[in-house]
Amino acid sequence: MWDIIVSSTPEIVWAGIKYTIPLAVISFIIGFIIAVFTAIVRITTPKGNPVVLFFWRLLKWFLNFYVWLFRSTPLLVQLFIIFFGLPNAGIQFNAFTAGIITFSLNTGAYCSETIRGAISSIPDSQWEAAYSIGMTHRQVLFRIIFPQALRVALPPLSNSFIGLVKDTSLASSITILEMFMVSQQITAKNYEPLLMYSIVAAVYAVFCTVLTILQHYLEKRMSRYVQVTGE
Amino acid sequence: MIKLEHVDKQYRDHHALNDINLTFEANQTTVILGPSGAGKSTLLRSLNLLERPQSGHYQIGAEQVDFSQEIPTKLVLKVRRMTGMVFQSWNLFPHLTIMQNITEGPIHVLNQSKAQAEQKALELLEEVGLADTKDRYPSQLSGGQQQRISICRALAMDPEYILFDEPTSALDPELEAQVLRVLLKLAQQQQSMIVVTHNIEFARRVADKIVFLEDGKIEFEGTVDEFFNHPTQRIHEFLTGMEF
Ligand SMILES: Nc1ncnc2c1ncn2[C@@H]1O[C@H](COP(=O)(O)OP(=O)(O)OP(=O)(O)O)[C@@H](O)[C@H]1O
Ligand SMILES: [Mg+2]
Repeated sequence: MWDIIVSSTPEIVWAGIKYTIPLAVISFIIGFIIAVFTAIVRITTPKGNPVVLFFWRLLKWFLNFYVWLFRSTPLLVQLFIIFFGLPNAGIQFNAFTAGIITFSLNTGAYCSETIRGAISSIPDSQWEAAYSIGMTHRQVLFRIIFPQALRVALPPLSNSFIGLVKDTSLASSITILEMFMVSQQITAKNYEPLLMYSIVAAVYAVFCTVLTILQHYLEKRMSRYVQVTGE
Repeated sequence: MIKLEHVDKQYRDHHALNDINLTFEANQTTVILGPSGAGKSTLLRSLNLLERPQSGHYQIGAEQVDFSQEIPTKLVLKVRRMTGMVFQSWNLFPHLTIMQNITEGPIHVLNQSKAQAEQKALELLEEVGLADTKDRYPSQLSGGQQQRISICRALAMDPEYILFDEPTSALDPELEAQVLRVLLKLAQQQQSMIVVTHNIEFARRVADKIVFLEDGKIEFEGTVDEFFNHPTQRIHEFLTGMEF
């Protein structure tokens, strides 16, 4: 048994470094950008001429639809549609790209709600104070509101990221050689499912634990300015 | 000088400002008094364009605002730079240090250099006796200290007028005195100020002019002497109502 652990663990960890982590990190970064964009569009009503207003409304409607779609369908089904389904419509991606697209859009939909909620949680008085010194809407949003909202959003965003790391195991179903897929392949050779899947579970757990520690560190850093009674 | 003509603000179910005609002289302290719900905050916030009356005319310096029209963003920003606002609950930016709170506007709105903005901020902090707090965060200061910082934040923008909306209502008497001393000093330096307050003593001692507002209308506009020594029936009631 020890032999199996020693020989297969590096292979699984290597698959993690090569596929699981890049999938999760790249998707989360793209997803976060999508989420910020979506959240800001959804909470903003521009002044301006009717044409701009019309397209803005159209964009809002489209983003609402997108968030609804990705939150109300299973991730696995989304993966299948984008990787196996879209080629029928003439749109073909390699497995890794399909994975990135699906995971980004999925995380983006969830995180946009998180960010929207966090932005709304910052009191109006902060907007007013910033406006009162002559800041533009964009300055207020990005210099005053957003940094405060990010602190509020950090715990749920971290949850989403940790969830994403684990969800990348679904990428095995679209032929990506990530950790879970590799453990399945080894199992097919050595007929040790209990051991192999336990090993891969342990590796996921280690990855996620590291992330949790990182989260706590970040939370502490971003909360420097919040008074903690008794400290 | 600030000049308001026929300014009208209607909330859905309340006529908050009813045909307001007023001038606020430069280099003077105007105190606005009046019962709760009179429209004092609405009036003050209209001067900073945080509130938009539906009609009327507003002149500040050379700028003209017609409330019945959409106000161009550029003009809005300009008027806001000319009118610093101090809020009842100070509303400092919690994620920024005291220094950053004060320099945020000068650096990012007035495009001053960081060094220049910080030097001015330090001078202001010294004026209010809080230079040693510059690297702390707002949550680490008392309410009275935070309010003095928020006055510095407004002053750092070098506005024509500073608008105070009940700057001491959320403070204990001792902290209130600290803040009022800063206001007194500003008044003595001829800073143009408009102060909404419930502190009658402050009005008596510091105001150059008193405006009494009730139900969205100006009931009185005149000197301190007139207001206290020759009050109308209504003002007399108001003043005695505040005694016990
Ligand atoms: N956003 C709003 N929507 C509807 N009504 C409002 C709004 N803001 C204020 N009002 C109403 O307008 C009136 C004037 O409000 P305002 O805050 O200007 O009074 P105030 O003189 O500052 O009172 P206070 O001394 O209590 O601060 C009040 O009756 C209030 O209920
Ligand atoms: Mg008020």
